[in-house]
Amino acid sequence: MSFLHIFKKSAKKRATLAQGQVVPDSSRCVQCGICTYNCPIEIDVRAYAWRGEAIHRSECLTCGECVARCPRGVLRFERTDLFRAAAK
Amino acid sequence: MRHIIIGTGVAALAAVESIRSVERGAEVILLGDDPYGFYSRPGLAYFLSGELTDKALFPKTREDYRRLGFTYRKARVTKILRDDTSVQLEDGSLLTYDRLLLATGAFATPLAVPGSTLQGVVKLDHLNDARNILKLAKRGRTAVVVGGGITALELAEGLLARGMSVHYLLRGNRYWSNVLDEQESRIIEARLQEEGITLHFHSELQEIIGRSGRVNSVRLKNGKTLKCDLLAYAIGIQPRADLAREAGLNVERGILVDEFMQTNDPNICAAGDVAQVYDRISGRSVLDSLWNAAREQGYAAGLNMAGRGTPYVKSMPFNVTRLAGLTTTIIGAVGHGRDDDLVGIARGDSETWRELPNAIVAQSGFDVNRVRILVGEKKLIGAVVMGDQTLSVPLQTIIAKQIDILAMRDKLLAQNAKISDVIVDFWSNLNPVN
Repeated sequence: MSFLHIFKKSAKKRATLAQGQVVPDSSRCVQCGICTYNCPIEIDVRAYAWRGEAIHRSECLTCGECVARCPRGVLRFERTDLFRAAAK
Repeated sequence: MRHIIIGTGVAALAAVESIRSVERGAEVILLGDDPYGFYSRPGLAYFLSGELTDKALFPKTREDYRRLGFTYRKARVTKILRDDTSVQLEDGSLLTYDRLLLATGAFATPLAVPGSTLQGVVKLDHLNDARNILKLAKRGRTAVVVGGGITALELAEGLLARGMSVHYLLRGNRYWSNVLDEQESRIIEARLQEEGITLHFHSELQEIIGRSGRVNSVRLKNGKTLKCDLLAYAIGIQPRADLAREAGLNVERGILVDEFMQTNDPNICAAGDVAQVYDRISGRSVLDSLWNAAREQGYAAGLNMAGRGTPYVKSMPFNVTRLAGLTTTIIGAVGHGRDDDLVGIARGDSETWRELPNAIVAQSGFDVNRVRILVGEKKLIGAVVMGDQTLSVPLQTIIAKQIDILAMRDKLLAQNAKISDVIVDFWSNLNPVN
């Protein structure tokens, strides 16, 4: 099976629209605060990135503002897969 | 047990966190003379470009600090008295320590040309610098930028974003030549020119000329003169190692530390930009001026101060940055040699990037998405990913974990190989998605 579809924007969009959460890669983060500054509901995304925790907040809109604006590719969307989460 | 930490940057803060994770009761005192304490220095570039406010640069709240439970004293340390295990503060008072951490960071290498002290000569090393630049940019019209690496570019782009017309002087024939290859430099240069920045190659500053104490123009070694009201420079950084040097600790360019972040005094550690860390792989002591490396070093130093001997395992140095609006990830060993525009190491740089073992370069790219990888005999050694970042996470893992790449090596080195496809296939076989 080819995995080249991950380069296609539409796949990204579908993943975003699905039930998901924002996940940081803290090794890329320099705590600049652009994510927190741009969050429309004032979640302190940067603090999650410092701790390396997913933003598991029910009020997160997954609007993508923090993901799109981060200048260092720290944040990404991940599908919340209830069945696989237990296996991790 | 009393721990004293000199410095308020990320290495210092990480040390407080790690000490607290194993020693609830120990006394921790943070000493620093920075008026602002802990904030995101890499974020200064984004404050300059107008992407966030200066208030937003401060990651921690008072509550966060209260929870960590340490004493902060805004004070400058003037001396380390090793025989008495104490430090002397500016007012002459002494504080004794059981363990001491030097996390004093680095400062911008000053410019050494006539006219460097004129008003309007700026650097981007501190929040005060950024605020000063914004004030000057409001009044000024033309800026000249000198230097290499990431900070010089951030200055050029920040000043452009603030409405100035920007001239960027490069001593050599291309941008950041010790890390990027020629094609990568050219991509960045073309984009800078598109944005409206004027590049001057083989141009070296001879003198900054002032009028009534302010920058008025610069004269270059080739005889050219450029009118400007602001001269911004970023030519490298220097570790703040004087305290250590005067105390008789081993200092080369930074404070020399072993894998436990320990200096030649068993009670004193160093971490972050000021530390020159022993690298097990190359057997040399190197400088890394990366935020995450400083954080990891500070954390390891704290654990060792608390008696939990934990070696700092230098992870594969990498940095993600925006160069001319293009997200660029630099991983492992990618560059070589010297850069005429830099004196030593720059912010956001790692000396390890330039330790090139035997490797073959494979690259593919079009327009602004480009991947260059250094292929060793059995593993990938380094990579530069420009533009689309889909590959940067897999590459980071493949390089850091030294994954055996024999299954794809020939495909990577085939003529006109579609490197991205090869890596994605290899990666998906490693991580099958059901």
